[in-house]
Amino acid sequence: MTLLLFLAQTIRIAVPYLFAAAGGALAERAGIVSLSLEGYMLGGAFGAAIGAYYGESAWIGVMAGVAVGFVLAGMHAVGTIRFKADQIVTGIAINLFAVGITRFLLQLAFDSSSNSPRVVGFGADNVGGALALASNPLVWVGVVVMPALAFVVYRTTFGLRVRAVGEHPDAAASVGVPVNRVRYAAVLGSGMLAALGGAYLALDQHQFTDSMTAGRGFIALAAVIFGRWDPARAGLACLLFAGAETLQIRLQAAQLVPSQFVAMIPYVLTIVAVAGVVGRSVPPSALGRTSE
Amino acid sequence: MKASGAAPEGAHGATPGAGGASSPVPAVRMTGVDKRFGAVQANRGAAISVASGEIHALVGENGAGKSTLMKVLSGMLVPDAGTIAVGGRDVTGWTTAQAIAAGVGMVHQHFMLIPTLTVAENVVLGREPASVGTFDRARALHDVDELSKQSGLIVPADRLVADLSVGEAQRVEILKTLYRGARILLLDEPTAVLSPPEVTELWGVLRRVRDAGTTIILITHKLDEVMAVTEQITVMRQGMTVARMATRETTPEGIAHAMVGREVDLAVRGARVRSEEEARDEGGEEGVRGEERGALSVQNLVVRGARVERAVNDVSFTVRAGEILGIAGVEGNGQTELLEAIAGLRRATSGEIVLGGKVVTNESVRARGDAGLSHIPEDRHQRGLVLEYSVADNLILGQQHRFSSRGAMDRHAVASNGATQIAAFDIRPTDPALAVRTLSGGNQQKVVIARELSRDFIALLAAQPTRGVDVGAIEFIHDALRKARDAGKAILLVSAELREVLSLSDRIAVMYGGRIVAMMPRAEASEEILGPYMTGARKSTAA
Repeated sequence: MTLLLFLAQTIRIAVPYLFAAAGGALAERAGIVSLSLEGYMLGGAFGAAIGAYYGESAWIGVMAGVAVGFVLAGMHAVGTIRFKADQIVTGIAINLFAVGITRFLLQLAFDSSSNSPRVVGFGADNVGGALALASNPLVWVGVVVMPALAFVVYRTTFGLRVRAVGEHPDAAASVGVPVNRVRYAAVLGSGMLAALGGAYLALDQHQFTDSMTAGRGFIALAAVIFGRWDPARAGLACLLFAGAETLQIRLQAAQLVPSQFVAMIPYVLTIVAVAGVVGRSVPPSALGRTSE
Repeated sequence: MKASGAAPEGAHGATPGAGGASSPVPAVRMTGVDKRFGAVQANRGAAISVASGEIHALVGENGAGKSTLMKVLSGMLVPDAGTIAVGGRDVTGWTTAQAIAAGVGMVHQHFMLIPTLTVAENVVLGREPASVGTFDRARALHDVDELSKQSGLIVPADRLVADLSVGEAQRVEILKTLYRGARILLLDEPTAVLSPPEVTELWGVLRRVRDAGTTIILITHKLDEVMAVTEQITVMRQGMTVARMATRETTPEGIAHAMVGREVDLAVRGARVRSEEEARDEGGEEGVRGEERGALSVQNLVVRGARVERAVNDVSFTVRAGEILGIAGVEGNGQTELLEAIAGLRRATSGEIVLGGKVVTNESVRARGDAGLSHIPEDRHQRGLVLEYSVADNLILGQQHRFSSRGAMDRHAVASNGATQIAAFDIRPTDPALAVRTLSGGNQQKVVIARELSRDFIALLAAQPTRGVDVGAIEFIHDALRKARDAGKAILLVSAELREVLSLSDRIAVMYGGRIVAMMPRAEASEEILGPYMTGARKSTAA
């Protein structure tokens, strides 16, 4: 029973990571740096809360959240692809913008600087643990998102082009692949996926709280790098990070290890991965390169 | 279709001068093409007319505008003025996609391949066999395999491009164009990275492709290639088309004259003409020039590469004072790692490097410089120059400590050094304050050469000293290297141009797979002898 609870909690924590990391892997495979995952998630969470509150439906919340992710990713895409702005600077700008705009709109809509009123979520509220989890459709989507992305990246024409564009855009362009269009599609897709993660968070907690994503976008990006830009591996990295977090929560009660150390795990693992201890970590070679 | 050697119809009566040929509809006809990049007029009124089914050479020095003209033809660049007709149809200003659809395929000088994808994926990219968006991998493999067999361009379709040899990678490039149904094939300096046997093989492939009805335009500045495989020649100089001739009716000297616009001493470029003189040099002066102790020697050197553990694998040799030791070999066989290790830019795994009697294996770059090492790096943009800096500043790079006192630069000394070097090495324009970026490739290289030759040194590493440099500058640089040799310097030359190695070296070593597989005096070497070593077909007489 403890193990089942542990697994259930791990998955509950992993779902937002899985969505955001899927988005990150997609955009980065196309050569666009995904620092802005955090912003997409926050925007998605806010959109979901607004949608669910006014629409009185979790599904409307999901759609509104995804729409916000689409808009934010659109800004990132236009900045980096159309105007060839520095991808890292643009990504940070999107994150800051997301924090500011959600805070502002939160004030405007609900006259609160901290949180939204309670909104509807998925599933039965009065059942606890694993059952509540299983009744949330977003969980099921989250579980299959990485295998689905793996199929897209490795088995579809679009995926082949995404990989080509992220590795050698000039070569792709020379054979008539519309490089910019592929990149737009990848970035917009990444925004919508990450926003789904944010929407899950808000609906799971039945409210939006200021800066509620709390660095999850960066952990998702860490999972992408740790997973060497491969969807399956990135998915496993998400589960690993989520497992560590669950452990932290469990251990916190026992006060064995200071929780800060457990919270470090994703970052330490990522540093280790990037330092090349767990095999060589080679990013898409055109990643971050805006020139053509 | 046509017996090789027979002039194709349409070429009869072709006279020197732009746009001479006309009779039936030419496969390609470009007239009055202008293309400007900022301050550089790459094409001015350039013209070319190519008959269907011929192999046509587009020759000219570096920077003559050949690649620009072909990029205009392939839709990658839009011309400022001029007309382009393919098969009689006006296609001026078309896009890459339209050019590909019309059967114009270009094989670029720098491969346009994605190393992390397989051969088949690279070939079909942009035209993937698919059903409902799902990439049909099996069919891609099958189609590419078929095409490979059909055209005689044998490459394993399921292998990653990263694992291919350069020769194989080039076959993939050609396959890519054929897969798209290319009937006009443009090749930009296709032999730059190939070994002599691979070059011969490429000619075979091109003839076969031509015989199947494809028109081929070969961009090159190597005259032996023009003579070996082409039927018609268009010569460009300074962005203009200056001559057109039939290969059968001209000579290398005639083409060179048209390329440069004056008589050129081909001896500098062609080794065979020079060999007698050189043989005399070697026979007579060996004892006088060569000091017994080596100025630069390397013992059992092992160096790690980016991908391989032993990119340089147990290499030993000595370069004597007053000698040029040339290292021949196809690029990527450890030459880069070897020179970087000697220069101090890459750590040696094991072995010893001795410079003027002093062990410098673990010394810093600066300490090696002080001990008497000079280095012309293979990539002047990456290692040799700071492009945004002025000519004068670039001329003291690495020696700034000699031009400063208590941490402050002595601007006067820098400027006067600049003026001196610019005059001595004929660097143009002569303004020392100009950013190096604004200079031509040849003059940029002269800045590097001037800096490295003007310092006090015992041994010089010269990596690809004339890469991307025009004929005039090549002569100048070769002379400068010979003078340094005659002044008693030890020179280690690495060049992908076999002819350069043959024309400059006193001794020649061949590198293959990280090892020195042959070492011989210049007099015993020739392209035919070195070729098999360069491909690894022979590997015995390592000295």
